[in-house]
Amino acid sequence: MDDRITADMLDLKSRYKPGVLKYRQMGYWQPDYTPTDTDILAVFRITPQDGVEPEEAAAAVAGESSTATWTVVWTDRLTACEHYRAKAYQVDPVPGAPGQYFAYIAYDLDLFEEGSIANLTASIIGNVFGFKPLKALRLEDMRIPVAYLKTFQGPATGIVVERERLNNYGRPLLGATMKPKLGLSGRNYGRVVYEALKGGLDFTKDDENINSQPFMHWRDRYLYCMEGVNRAMAETGEVKGTYLNVTAGTMEEMYERAEFAKSLGSVIIMIDLVIGYTAIQSMARWARRNDMILHLHRAGHSTYTRQKSHGVSFRVIAKWMRMAGVDHIHAGTVVGKLEGDPNVIAGIYDTCRESHVPKNLEHGLFFDQPWAGLKKMMPVASGGIHAGQMHQLLCYLGEDVVLQFGGGTIGHPMGIQAGATANRVALEVMVKARNEGRDIWNEGPEILADAARWCAPLKAALETWKDVTFNYASTDSVDYVPTPAVAM
Amino acid sequence: MRLTQGQFSFLPDLTDAEIRAQVQYALDQGWAVAVEFTDDPHPRNAYWEMWGTPLFDLRDAVGVMQEVTACRQVHAGRYVKVLAFDSTRGFETVRMSFLVGRPAEEPGFELVRSQGPGQQIQYTLRSYATGSPAGVRYAAPPPPAGGAT
Repeated sequence: MDDRITADMLDLKSRYKPGVLKYRQMGYWQPDYTPTDTDILAVFRITPQDGVEPEEAAAAVAGESSTATWTVVWTDRLTACEHYRAKAYQVDPVPGAPGQYFAYIAYDLDLFEEGSIANLTASIIGNVFGFKPLKALRLEDMRIPVAYLKTFQGPATGIVVERERLNNYGRPLLGATMKPKLGLSGRNYGRVVYEALKGGLDFTKDDENINSQPFMHWRDRYLYCMEGVNRAMAETGEVKGTYLNVTAGTMEEMYERAEFAKSLGSVIIMIDLVIGYTAIQSMARWARRNDMILHLHRAGHSTYTRQKSHGVSFRVIAKWMRMAGVDHIHAGTVVGKLEGDPNVIAGIYDTCRESHVPKNLEHGLFFDQPWAGLKKMMPVASGGIHAGQMHQLLCYLGEDVVLQFGGGTIGHPMGIQAGATANRVALEVMVKARNEGRDIWNEGPEILADAARWCAPLKAALETWKDVTFNYASTDSVDYVPTPAVAM
Repeated sequence: MRLTQGQFSFLPDLTDAEIRAQVQYALDQGWAVAVEFTDDPHPRNAYWEMWGTPLFDLRDAVGVMQEVTACRQVHAGRYVKVLAFDSTRGFETVRMSFLVGRPAEEPGFELVRSQGPGQQIQYTLRSYATGSPAGVRYAAPPPPAGGAT
């Protein structure tokens, strides 16, 4: 911990050469440091440039994501700089990935503004991700201390209250995204909503890029959708909803759309991840004040979550979104068309739904994470799933999840209502069989086939999609070997 | 119409053996089973009448089935449902809910529309049955064949 300027650092020739900035000497590498209960912890996957020692790279990440700049500044000495420095305290090689390391870094609570994801992320994933001495950098996981969690609202509604409002218990919820994504008029769009809800779904959903385009302005969509929702409620006696996307160019416009959705009696609205963390927090506060369930579509996340070497893992995004206060979040299907390794998905689902998430390296969870009474967030499984996978979906994803069959409802050969009914019957029969103690993982296809004998829509669905699978290797899997030496 | 509230309303009505299996599942999870009935099936009617308090101390599915049967007999022609309450921290809510009795005729709901400003419509859902006083909302079950005239 040498704060003095060394001759090395004043040498302009070597200043831009990776590895020469002695972050270690500046106090950012402290292998003896024991994190406190109120520290914010992060584990990064670092890929140092050739010739850069992993400890130095870890120290550099700690420095660049907290107090440091590229050189020592004397004004540090006006502060309690030791307190404000992030401390890299552990570096482990990534199993099976030469040249990559897991770097553990502790940040003091005082580095962050209360209740602000924007402030938290401006440090943790700020400048540091473009830092030259690293070839690549990925934020794998974080431990948010209770002291900091308690400065966030958390989900506006939460799983428990959502179910109580919907009068819907003991089974996954069913939804569908309206298709085609673009081009339907308001009146035609509302027709799809009505058919899908009457057929047996609980929710329908705007897609992420349905906002207010020339073919359908937002007010037209909301008006016709609510006609569909209310008609379906009268036909079934169930509470139904449609996620009205309020994403827009400004907060003022989003608030206007949300207010209109509320005035029409909608139980739920939706936003896209691309509106930004602060806008998400604002909408979560609005939702809490207005008894509204808030659905988040994770549009854009794959640009930074999918590649293992660089970016931010989705389990961290899920954590931030639970703090920010959304009620629903798209979190993967395992079996569908979009990225989803089973172990990674299990870690994300736990992060959404559990009150206390224990460390589980196999699932990509590097720390114990208590949730301090923040409500639970409902994961949403969407993208290339169909009724024939119902047993797998229930086994992988459990009960507190929204299963969204878009094409798997609207693409049904007998029509949209039949598509919805096929999904609902498949779901109910599978939950019933599970509760009866049957081995649905192995007997699932047989259970579905039995139900298809009396349910023609299910029979047609099983025949139409029987061969549809998406068996591709996941790009985002967990690098983990079960040895006690890893990550204490 | 067929009221499709509850976990299994899209399936054929459950037999007693099937109901008992679901009750057993609830008991195996440590949940308390309750029986409730109503003649006001509005989807937002949160408070159906309780058939006694939840059966916290009854850990035997056969005993629960006796309560289910008794409620269905006394309130034949109404909606009857079985619930399971979970007192675990983080839940403390209903974990299961399924219908075990329904009227022979289900008249359903009227969707009442009232014009609002612009193109807005305010919607109200009204159960046709609740137009009648409580207790006489659904047709009584048919009398046994050969009964008194």
